[in-house]
Amino acid sequence: MKIKLVLVCALLLSACVTQQGSLRGTGDLGVIIERAAGSIKVIETTDRTSLYGLKGLGDLSHASTVFSRDGRYAYIFGRDGGLSKIDLLERKIVKRVMQSGNSIGGAISQDGKLIAVSNYKPGGVKVFNSTTLELVADIPATEIGDGKRSKVVGLVDAPGQKFIFSLYDSGEIWLADFAKGNKPVIKKFKDIGTLPYDGLVTPDGRYYIAGLFGEDGLSLLDLWQTDKGVKRILDGYGRGKRKLPVYKMPHLEGWASVGDQLFLPAVGHHEVLVVERDSWKKIDAIPVHGQPIFAVARPDGRQIWVNFAHPRNNVVQVIDVPSRKIIKTLTPGKAVLHLEFTPRGEQVWLSVRDEDRVEVYDTRTFKRLATIKADKPSGIFLTARANRTGL
Amino acid sequence: MLKALLASALLLAVTGAVLAAEPNAARKAELLYRLKHDCGSCHGMTLKGGLGPALLPASIKEHSNEFLIDVIRDGVVGTPMPPWGFELSQDETAWLVKKLRQGVSHEN
Repeated sequence: MKIKLVLVCALLLSACVTQQGSLRGTGDLGVIIERAAGSIKVIETTDRTSLYGLKGLGDLSHASTVFSRDGRYAYIFGRDGGLSKIDLLERKIVKRVMQSGNSIGGAISQDGKLIAVSNYKPGGVKVFNSTTLELVADIPATEIGDGKRSKVVGLVDAPGQKFIFSLYDSGEIWLADFAKGNKPVIKKFKDIGTLPYDGLVTPDGRYYIAGLFGEDGLSLLDLWQTDKGVKRILDGYGRGKRKLPVYKMPHLEGWASVGDQLFLPAVGHHEVLVVERDSWKKIDAIPVHGQPIFAVARPDGRQIWVNFAHPRNNVVQVIDVPSRKIIKTLTPGKAVLHLEFTPRGEQVWLSVRDEDRVEVYDTRTFKRLATIKADKPSGIFLTARANRTGL
Repeated sequence: MLKALLASALLLAVTGAVLAAEPNAARKAELLYRLKHDCGSCHGMTLKGGLGPALLPASIKEHSNEFLIDVIRDGVVGTPMPPWGFELSQDETAWLVKKLRQGVSHEN
């Protein structure tokens, strides 16, 4: 009798653990987007292996991911408006909704309870309960004629249970405050510049910065003093007179923030700019291999890794921060789309789209540590993002 | 004599326009790959639109071939659309426009 009971208990217990047969945490897990196949690979960074794949996630071109604060769930934002919630431990899609016709990324709230998605069509932001994916709030963007609404870009979370985003067609920044419940208080900043195409929040959550395609310069909102409005910074930033065509828009999310300096991709110039925070003045420009797309700081701030736009996208360069010199040029393969560091920075993961693989490098020796097969990989997102504002 | 020359020049011009040299099979595959993955980064991988407009047959039917070819090869000033003429010839662009009008399958 006693033995039977023990057996039943053991069986029950084993049913609770994951398919690997043992309990595990999620702190070393990550998601690789396979943009064309509409699938993901879930990887781990301890032994650098691919654990499993999941299919049926729709159009994942330009897809991105945020994580629940416990690191268990991944929320995938697809281009086709699909929002999918993945249980990384149970290895399955828990819930999936088609929330718009055409979308471009999202964010998770400070308290982890809300998921916001920015949409191109119909233009606006939709906010969902992160547990059930039920719609909590619908924020249509400004009308721009013909019944159309402005596309929304650069959506991020900010302290105080806020979401901030930019309106591409109408040139606005909106701040949606959910601190008092599910009916947001929306503050609108108009005439912030022409064609804001992306936005970021600094890692401390203080500044929101939007890149402008239609003119030089950037728009800055100090979230500690929103009554001061949006300020124009870096007036020389942008394509200027010697402008080169831009074959892929630089991403702002990757902007490297090191001490009081920001390292950011120039637009239309083959340079990474060094900008002094607070004065927002350009203090240096580092010549690089091509139009930079992501310039990302290793978590310790010692190196900046840079990838490039088509057609120079087979190369990755490493800038040494103290000397502002390029100390390494790697050629991982055709179409390096994205890079992601492990939280303590000993590894970097690079997606090589046209060669169907993800490469893992040691950031100290620059030696390749592993190659993971993936179908047209684009974004790589590690669960450490769960605990960072703006990611 | 002059007339004959003119006539053959005309004939050449006409047939030249009709029989624009199509890219070879390998180049066609590459062009479709670029369309899906590089044009797709702004226009959507399934060409339903993104930051840039949709490129489905119905969405481009109001535009002439000449206009579309110019836009692709020269870009559009004041918008994020860059000029692709540095790596797409006139004939290759014309072939891409033809494919866009037919509707591109997303299976490739």
